[in-house]
Amino acid sequence: MTATSTLLTLLVIAASGFVLARARALACAGGDSRALHSLPGHYGWASVLLTLGPALALFALLKIAAPPTPAGTLAVLALALAALAWSLRRTRPNFRARQTVERGVLALLMLAACVAIATTAGIVLSMLFETRNFFAQYDWREFFLSTTWAPRFQGDSDLGILPLLWGTLYISLIALVFAVPVGLFAAIYMAEYAGGRFRAIVKPAIEVLAGIPTIVYGLFALITVGPLLRDYFAQPLGLGTSGASVMTAGLVMGVMLIPFVSSLSDDIIAQVPQSLRDGSLGLGATRSETIRQVVLPAALPGIVGAVLLAASRAIGETMIVVLGAGAAAKLGLNPFEAMTTITVKIVSQLTGESDFAAPETLVAFALGLTLFAITLSLNVLALAIVRKYREQYE
Amino acid sequence: MKDTLTEGRGTAADTAKIAVRGLQVHYGDTHAVRDVDVDIPDRAVTALIGPSGCGKSTFLRCLNRMNDTIPAARVTGEIRIDGEDIHDARVDPVQLRAKVGMVFQKPNPFPKSIRDNVAYGPKIHGLTRKRSELDEVVEKSLRRAALWDEVKNRLDAPGTGLSGGQQQRLCIARAIATSPEILLMDEPCSSLDPIATAQIEELIDELRSRFAVVIVTHSMQQAARVSQRTAFFHLGRMVEYGDTGKLFTNPADPRTESYITGRIG
Repeated sequence: MTATSTLLTLLVIAASGFVLARARALACAGGDSRALHSLPGHYGWASVLLTLGPALALFALLKIAAPPTPAGTLAVLALALAALAWSLRRTRPNFRARQTVERGVLALLMLAACVAIATTAGIVLSMLFETRNFFAQYDWREFFLSTTWAPRFQGDSDLGILPLLWGTLYISLIALVFAVPVGLFAAIYMAEYAGGRFRAIVKPAIEVLAGIPTIVYGLFALITVGPLLRDYFAQPLGLGTSGASVMTAGLVMGVMLIPFVSSLSDDIIAQVPQSLRDGSLGLGATRSETIRQVVLPAALPGIVGAVLLAASRAIGETMIVVLGAGAAAKLGLNPFEAMTTITVKIVSQLTGESDFAAPETLVAFALGLTLFAITLSLNVLALAIVRKYREQYE
Repeated sequence: MKDTLTEGRGTAADTAKIAVRGLQVHYGDTHAVRDVDVDIPDRAVTALIGPSGCGKSTFLRCLNRMNDTIPAARVTGEIRIDGEDIHDARVDPVQLRAKVGMVFQKPNPFPKSIRDNVAYGPKIHGLTRKRSELDEVVEKSLRRAALWDEVKNRLDAPGTGLSGGQQQRLCIARAIATSPEILLMDEPCSSLDPIATAQIEELIDELRSRFAVVIVTHSMQQAARVSQRTAFFHLGRMVEYGDTGKLFTNPADPRTESYITGRIG
């Protein structure tokens, strides 16, 4: 018997348990559901939970512990049937079926909430193990403090994170410098000034930006923005001849981030109570004074949250950088030079023939963990800022 | 108080601070205020009473053109303050609102410190040049709003951290800091407990020595306690307007009598 058919059989048993328990409860009460402690349906669901819960747990245990055997399958089905019989025996008018169902629902919800935590923990652990392997072969001081990134597959590589970190932060900074004002101003216009019809068209249009795959943005950077910047800015100013540059990737990434900033800020600005605006207008403030001095300060925690969320996205972005900024690891200030980021190098270290014991491959996990640490601290910072200002403003 | 107003519909009076003629307000398809004529005296408290939805708050919001901020609202008719029509093209609603302060139903302190709340109006209107002048205005306004003693040691604490009654007095201080000539109050005590209400009422009584105060209230006792003139609104019309004592003891219109004796409303 395959796992699928076992599960289907379990479902059939549980379904019959629902019907039987419900009918039995009603029969016990002589057809008058008011004589029961709970609704008839509760008895049915309680039976389903009691039947499925232990059987599924056993099924999962056997699945992890050993290859599927007919004996194991039979044990699972036997357990389900036994639980069904027991639950039917318990179905009496004074059985507190409602409480059982409520506890079952609670357990289900808790399980769902734990999935996220378990996944995060799993990711961190797997990265930690590989990172430990990496640092066993490569000095951590070299990794964090060296300014050269020069992996060689014959060995003896320089794997300093600084050029990559610098590229990541530089490109993200340019992206944010572009996206935050544009996104915020768009949000202010939409929340405070725009009429219903304009809003109905522009808001979805901006959100379409968020739906464009980043590889498409990358193409846009590669074939349009890059050459444009090279021909009209970099070359006339004598700053470089490269189409791939920090500026290209930063600007295109900025466009990608606009909807994150504007959409969230718009919602937050719209939530500022109208009474505050009335109060300010009633004192003879103009609309822009009201926005600048009352609405924005009140919305600030949310806006900071939106900006930091955008920053996390920028730091983790890969495709736009590969196509827009190139893959050359460099420490430099010229924004029209090609540079690269942590994410791009993670990809390039892991693609092709990778030997998972060599530091040149394992470095990817150390890079990934560093990236994770950076975005995590940004998120924690965002939460802390939001909390601090919320106390002050509400 | 100079009182040359006659009973019933307010008619021309030399002392009228605000003269309203033929005022109509529409919200979309709703005719919220109909044919209101009234003269509101200076340096006195005028109460507007009436059942919910009778148009009294809408009427109040006409006096500083706050209805301009509601796209669906349409106001026609004439409102003169000191003889000048506030709907005249030369009148800037922003300037008008500096002259006609407003206190709202729910206390709405800004998310700023107590000091910055009061200093908000003077700052945006550039009324003070030096920090010391501004501090003076803040202190004077808070004193007039009977709040100074409670907050003088924590002017930098957020205004939102005060109690409801204190918040409302802060909003009054904020309104009078721009030195308005008229103070509009839209049910200023409706969210406050009786003690805070008594404090605000006492304050209103003091304010009338400097301002023309127009107060919307649901409480007839409050109207009787704080006002010198009362207008009764019903279904968008001003049914009766006159001396507060007279209106409550000997109303001219049967609808007023029904309302003040609790039969409608």
